[in-house]
Amino acid sequence: MNQFNELLLAVFLLSCLMLAISSRLLHCIRYAALQGIVLGILPLTLAQGHFEGSLVMALVNLLVKGIGLPLLICRAMHKAGINRELEPIAGYTVSALTVMLAALASFWFAGKLTLPAGASEAAGFAVPVAFTTVLTGLFIVIARKKALTQIIGFLIFENGITLFGAAVMREHPVIVELGILLDVLVLVFIMGIAINQINREFSHIDSDRLNQLDDISENTEVVK
Amino acid sequence: MDNTLIRHISALAAALFFAPLLPGIINKVKAFFAGRKGPRLIQLYFDLAKLLKKEVIVSRSSGGIIRIAPSVILAFTITAAALLPMGGAASPAGFAGDALLFFYLLGTCRIFSVLAAMDTASSFEGMGSAREVFFSALAEVAVFTVLAFLALSANSLKLAQMLCSQGVDSWMNFTPVLMTALAMFLVLLAENCRVPFDDPETHLELTMIHEAMILDYSGTDLAAILYASSLKLWIFAAFITSLLIPPGVFAVWQETALFFAGIIAIAVLTGIVESSMARFRFLKVPSLLIAAAIMPVLALLFVIFFLNGGVQ
Repeated sequence: MNQFNELLLAVFLLSCLMLAISSRLLHCIRYAALQGIVLGILPLTLAQGHFEGSLVMALVNLLVKGIGLPLLICRAMHKAGINRELEPIAGYTVSALTVMLAALASFWFAGKLTLPAGASEAAGFAVPVAFTTVLTGLFIVIARKKALTQIIGFLIFENGITLFGAAVMREHPVIVELGILLDVLVLVFIMGIAINQINREFSHIDSDRLNQLDDISENTEVVK
Repeated sequence: MDNTLIRHISALAAALFFAPLLPGIINKVKAFFAGRKGPRLIQLYFDLAKLLKKEVIVSRSSGGIIRIAPSVILAFTITAAALLPMGGAASPAGFAGDALLFFYLLGTCRIFSVLAAMDTASSFEGMGSAREVFFSALAEVAVFTVLAFLALSANSLKLAQMLCSQGVDSWMNFTPVLMTALAMFLVLLAENCRVPFDDPETHLELTMIHEAMILDYSGTDLAAILYASSLKLWIFAAFITSLLIPPGVFAVWQETALFFAGIIAIAVLTGIVESSMARFRFLKVPSLLIAAAIMPVLALLFVIFFLNGGVQ
């Protein structure tokens, strides 16, 4: 089973890398969904005992993160009529290199940590991957302009946290994880609606242009 | 030892004989996905036979490099093939550090094709050369990170040890090796002018890269170039396949069968990629090649982290 875990973690890591270089939002959403599906499988293979709790978490993760949220973002994307990130703040090559640096830092940092007693070897292996995913998510939130891409970044960030939880927590506090998941669901839902509204008002969802909004009429050419 | 020699020489002979099949397989797969019948599997053999009967015509404005380039490219590609372990058998010509020679031989082939293309003073070929050099300079980064991964995990710069001693500790190293093989597959697509990077079917378009450089060849020269490029595809496929086959797990005949099956599988995979993807814009290519360069680094992180026992 150890091999399989390692393979899943590699998929996780590579999807972070591919997210950093994809400009098409549909591809980004697919990578986020892939991570969600892997998150659905990982709690089962990482778990030692507590199988029922893990099963619940796995199913919920699979349904919400692998299917539900990606579909929601996809719908927001189609409604906003936007399918690619045209001018990211950091270019794709720079993004890929940043993910590499994040991975280097995470693996170095994770090597200095000590796990709580009883966590499996495979779980220890998931920790640096989780850190890398969190950093990649944060980086995407910072380095992309479209609000939709930022939501995807946030989702990736949350995937990293869930992975960390699945790896380290020995006794799965299912109720806590479910609570976090509910928060994320509601947040993505609200952001999806907000994007639709913003897009309807201003015909774009570039977040760096939103800070120019005010009631003074000199900005009318931005506000239209 | 004698046994290895015979195995390698017969595998090399098979490579030299069957290499023109690979473009045929790729075209068949593409035709299958497009719902067409497609050219015959052995079409390239017919093309080569036809070209060998024709005379060579060289542009009057050329300075002479175009005359020697085909033979240099053919000779260097065959030499590179001879250095590579084939079918699980180490090459008898191998020595410590032959991995560097291997990639520099392929690099020299490229230099000659670029020089010969510029030698004809055709503006098309100049553009093709510029793009070829740009893409391969980026692909080289990926090649060297793959080499770094292999050299560090095999602790050797000998191709036979780098490729055939992977996964010695049972299958523990399988995931990192898979990541490296993925990076090498992207390099294969870039170096052999396959779809996300270049479209081998764009003749006479402004966007072509490799096809632009060979516009001025004719007759036996063109045959040599076409044959060398199919052999280059075989070499890269063989590189990936030997990387993925764990040594000492299978019997000799199984290993050989797996080797040839792997090469065919890579050709089929290339065909599937070509039928399911569009070519990237030029500006998108660098980021994909950089990602290919990063994959072995991540794989190396996996290996190092595992050797240190992970988080304690």
